[in-house]
Amino acid sequence: MDILSLTLYIVLAPLFGGLLAGVDRRITARLQGRFGPPILQPFYDVAKLFCKETLVVRHTQTVYIIFFVVFMVFTGGIFYLGGDLLLVIFSMMLANTFLILAGYRGSSPYSTVGTERELLQMMAYEPMVLFYVVAIYMASKTFYVGQIATTSHPMLIKSLPGVFLGFVYVLTIKLRKSPFDLSTSHHGHQEIVKGITTEYTGPSLALIEIAHWYENILLLGLVALFFAPHLWLGVAASLTVYSLEIFIDNACARARWQMTVFSSWGIAAVLGFGNVLALTLFR
Amino acid sequence: MSLMQKSPWIIHYDGSSCNGCDIEVLAALTPMYDVERFGVINTGNPKHADIFLITGSVNEQNKSVVRNIYDQMPNPKVVVAVGICACTGGIFRDCYNVLGGPDKVIPVDLYVPGCAARPESIIDGVIRALAVWEEKRRSLTGQKGTPS
Repeated sequence: MDILSLTLYIVLAPLFGGLLAGVDRRITARLQGRFGPPILQPFYDVAKLFCKETLVVRHTQTVYIIFFVVFMVFTGGIFYLGGDLLLVIFSMMLANTFLILAGYRGSSPYSTVGTERELLQMMAYEPMVLFYVVAIYMASKTFYVGQIATTSHPMLIKSLPGVFLGFVYVLTIKLRKSPFDLSTSHHGHQEIVKGITTEYTGPSLALIEIAHWYENILLLGLVALFFAPHLWLGVAASLTVYSLEIFIDNACARARWQMTVFSSWGIAAVLGFGNVLALTLFR
Repeated sequence: MSLMQKSPWIIHYDGSSCNGCDIEVLAALTPMYDVERFGVINTGNPKHADIFLITGSVNEQNKSVVRNIYDQMPNPKVVVAVGICACTGGIFRDCYNVLGGPDKVIPVDLYVPGCAARPESIIDGVIRALAVWEEKRRSLTGQKGTPS
């Protein structure tokens, strides 16, 4: 049973993640008054990247990227198989650490600046993510996603509205959307070329893209968890949040790192900590 | 058209163009022409690019830059010279520092004439470049992994 759901997850997550990216690009184009690429464009991109030559600065950079992908798949696997939420968060952090190590291996000015910004982004969203786990534990008395998803009464959103809003705020960073797409961007051009992915070509860039699809699906799952045990309500809510992120992406210019870090910490302190405090005081 | 031909990523370099052709290249990205319909992305990063669009002639100062961008692009790659200056050197041909088109420095696969080249003809050039790209990809698969 577990093997079956694991296989389903490994096959379906990139499929949905890729489709989501395709729909994202189409909606973005329509918001800009363009027709936009086909919905399957992300799959065409990845297919093409796999037949390109691999040019590396150092061979280890590909190894780090492979670890990044493996841990991202592992993270999503724990979550969708109903594992420990704390482990999900730590393993996601580990995956990102491998991406950062990979970025430093590129050692060009652009990838170094991009990697440093990735570190700042991690610093920005980590407190809110930790409040997310703590608050969910306080509300449901368990770290196991399987139990949270089936036995949450009432829905977590009712006791954790602050944590939900705060998490949606840092989701903009995690999804690499403007105004917080500091380290690398989905948009063609940026001031540090492609930031952390600048030095990656062909297959390794394709792997980064696939890991990003897995990550997006995991993040949408984390949003949907607020609406457990209502599966379809959770799916609807996560898709609504994603649409909102697309809109924000197109409506905002890129922020500076100070704004990114301090506003995320502020949000975590007010909405995250405030919600946890309220849970402790009014139980 | 194979699956791989549906995602041509472009890097655009301005040699010593008068900016006429550059504006037309960028015009192709606007809602009016929207080349992203064909999966075209203006990457600005040679390591991610498949097609190298050069506008303007090549001179003594930028020949090393053109060469460098070309060398940084992973195979298979296609070079498209956009505008008459990039094809032959154009009206700048006789200037003391101008070498001529980029084909004096790197191998050019396709020439898009015009002064300035119209966005329609640039898009047409990119679409024709895809056929060349596919040809190169097929010839490369036999000797995968060997740097050229």
